[in-house]
Amino acid sequence: MKQVYPRILSGCGLIGSMNEKGRRVNGEDIITAISTMHERSNGLGGGFAAYGIYPEHKEEYALHVMYSSGIGKDITDKLIDENFYVSADGRIPTRPVDAISKPPLLWRYFVRPKESKMEESGIHTEDDFVLEAVMHINFEVEDSFVMSSGKNMGAFKAVGYAGDVGRFYKLDEYHGYTWIAHARFPTNTPGWWGGAHPFTLLDWAVVHNGEISSYGINRRYLEMFGYRCTLQTDTEVMAYLLDLLIRRHKMPIRIACDVMASRFWKDIDRLDGEEQRKMLAMRQVYGSALVNGPFAIIFGHRRGMVGFNDRIKLRPMVAGRKDDTLYIASEEAAIREICPNPDRVWSPRAGEPVIGWLEEGVA
Amino acid sequence: MTTSLVSPRFKVVVDHELCCKCKRCVIGCGWGTLTFTNRVVPDHSKCVACHYCVTHCPTGAITVQEHPLAYRYNANWTVAHRRDVWKQAETGGMLLTGMGNDKPYQIIWDHLVLDACQVTNPSIDPLREPMELRTYLGRKPDRLEFDAEGNLLTKLEPQIKLEVPIVFSPMSYGSISLNAQKSLAMAAKDRGILWNTGEGGLHKDLYPYTDCAVVQCASGRFGVHAGYLNAAAAIEIKIGQGAKPGIGGHLPGEKVSFDVSETRMIPMGTDALSPAPHHDIYSIEDLRQLIFALKEATAYQKPVGVKIAAVHNVAPIVAGIVYAGADIVYIDGFRGGTGAAPNIVRDHVGIPIELAIAAVDDRLRQEGIRNQASIIAAGSVRSAGDIAKAIALGADAVAIGTAALLPLGCRICQSCYTGNCSWGITSQRPELTRRLDPYWGAEQVSNLIRAWSLELKEILGALGVNAIESLRGSRERLRGIGLDQVTLDILGVKPAGR
Repeated sequence: MKQVYPRILSGCGLIGSMNEKGRRVNGEDIITAISTMHERSNGLGGGFAAYGIYPEHKEEYALHVMYSSGIGKDITDKLIDENFYVSADGRIPTRPVDAISKPPLLWRYFVRPKESKMEESGIHTEDDFVLEAVMHINFEVEDSFVMSSGKNMGAFKAVGYAGDVGRFYKLDEYHGYTWIAHARFPTNTPGWWGGAHPFTLLDWAVVHNGEISSYGINRRYLEMFGYRCTLQTDTEVMAYLLDLLIRRHKMPIRIACDVMASRFWKDIDRLDGEEQRKMLAMRQVYGSALVNGPFAIIFGHRRGMVGFNDRIKLRPMVAGRKDDTLYIASEEAAIREICPNPDRVWSPRAGEPVIGWLEEGVA
Repeated sequence: MTTSLVSPRFKVVVDHELCCKCKRCVIGCGWGTLTFTNRVVPDHSKCVACHYCVTHCPTGAITVQEHPLAYRYNANWTVAHRRDVWKQAETGGMLLTGMGNDKPYQIIWDHLVLDACQVTNPSIDPLREPMELRTYLGRKPDRLEFDAEGNLLTKLEPQIKLEVPIVFSPMSYGSISLNAQKSLAMAAKDRGILWNTGEGGLHKDLYPYTDCAVVQCASGRFGVHAGYLNAAAAIEIKIGQGAKPGIGGHLPGEKVSFDVSETRMIPMGTDALSPAPHHDIYSIEDLRQLIFALKEATAYQKPVGVKIAAVHNVAPIVAGIVYAGADIVYIDGFRGGTGAAPNIVRDHVGIPIELAIAAVDDRLRQEGIRNQASIIAAGSVRSAGDIAKAIALGADAVAIGTAALLPLGCRICQSCYTGNCSWGITSQRPELTRRLDPYWGAEQVSNLIRAWSLELKEILGALGVNAIESLRGSRERLRGIGLDQVTLDILGVKPAGR
């Protein structure tokens, strides 16, 4: 997509569920839960990310691509064929839903990078190679947009109410162990489907409710590390920050959350010794990665799911647990709609992450 | 009176009905403007409008007016131009002045406006929520490393804590009085910020305030010794000054009293000359040597900064300084103040700080080294609004000089170079300096920092952020009004309405 989109502000509803034992459920529950929070959206965007849905292709990158023209598909097809082994591809299945109109062409590819191409490019890891290809398609190739590019996962998004989006993509026919959903209330029409959430990067999927008041500096900080924030959505910034901190700077997730919703000086002053030195250094070095302003975020990745709030909790987020399933949502009602008797429901404190891990060997 | 071609600039008007003939004004005036023969008699030609007499007259009998003498209007030959020519014709000398550039160049601060939150993101009330201004100056690594347990493995280089992103600009003992320096030092300690010795060394009375002092190493090397370097919070190599880029300093022998001589380590009564360049720095690699010589001398325990004037190529110059190993770069815009500078240089050399910050911040980001040094911006910061804008453009902190002297009574009469400051700020005459009570001075200055801190917190709250680092470099929160597109591009700021 060769376009610069205006930054669109939005409020939202979020929910995520994850089974620690890797038990897979179909998408009906998540559609029900996100539909409960209908009032948090205005029909201008909804989306889902699901993990564990492609067990038969689990070692391959699943590319979900939107095309707004045949020309876009021709160019992208050629690019994919040149750089990747494609084991299967085809239309992403959909069913007609009244409220979803003018869908772009939705295509899915299961791919592995060609070793020769990787060598040529000088990129050492498959992840980085895929990332580079996705960035290239999204920012350079016309009429093409990669919705998701992770392994054994996929993103499904559209302009519409989230419930309708879920039915449109037949999510009831997919089985995943982690489901994340987003219902959006943008302040103006996004106009295209790529602007909906979740925002993804490799196997990261981010749904986000909030407006980043520190957007300007977060973006400029990311640019120093080569990220291009062209979509102008706040969620894109969130996803890139997580990628930078966790994947590239190899930060433990808990610490990355502490960077993005850093503790107050008054609290750091009260710590002692090593803990204080660490927190102090984190703020000194990563001040530009502090995400200021209201947000609640849920992000999924290969090994689990995490939710956290801004440092003064200006957007709602509750968490719940039933047996080995973890829930995180904007509203308790959404959790109880699909899990009427949770073992525990709690409101995480501002900035304190809820971190769910899949058991070893599950994913 | 006088046969000079230069007519008086001001007129002192004494209301003799109100005057109680206490002579306080006569004794108070450092300029010898007022004498007493049965009643107070002014010599208008000597008045600089410092308002010392006006402020201290018990009956409010004195006012100072612009001299009403009319000059034939000429848009080209302004009165200021004519006066300068007359003065030079009479003296054959270079004209000196004090304080910052007073010419009506466009002031970019006044063409920038800040954002605020409405509906989609909430503003934050600083009276109810924490609002953080704390800032650390010093070199930061590109990233931190942790072990699997989340323990921090990286060791940071020294960082200096500022409770507010404001420091006092360097003003040497010599250019200002000891009592003025004491006022700033005490205020800095009180507010958790830094004061700066300037290039005049560190008077022995000020050693209790070294934990919040930056000590300068300038081209004259005045007062530089191991104890001086190791006492400070940070060290600063002074290359240039906004008011006089490329120009050295000259403290006349009359101002080199016993104490000044002892502090600067030069003979009493001799002129203290700071060469224009450092005689051991003729290129960037020489600067690197001095930076590391100072780091060696202080066992790598102190950040070393470099102060330069904002000149045309400021961006690559600063990048070079950062590559040379500086931990802090202090950039002084062309409106920055001075104790003494040639008029012609002050008014015509250098570039505005607003553009310099933007160009430097951009360049350091392009080079991927923005984290390696903190940027201090100076060169006329007049309010908390200017501070917020400087930080949004990319500065880590600002330095204030003129604004820190105004609380001591300074009226910006621009006559610091004469040594006659009636307020005792820029004089070394004991009868003048002793009237500046450093405890009063410290409270005045400290109050100003407190007031600006409150204002900054209010601005952050309106912007919906609760930490200053979320505004730093966030040019998205600025808009320009009445700036041309090229200027906007350099500033990286959109026009208002977009």
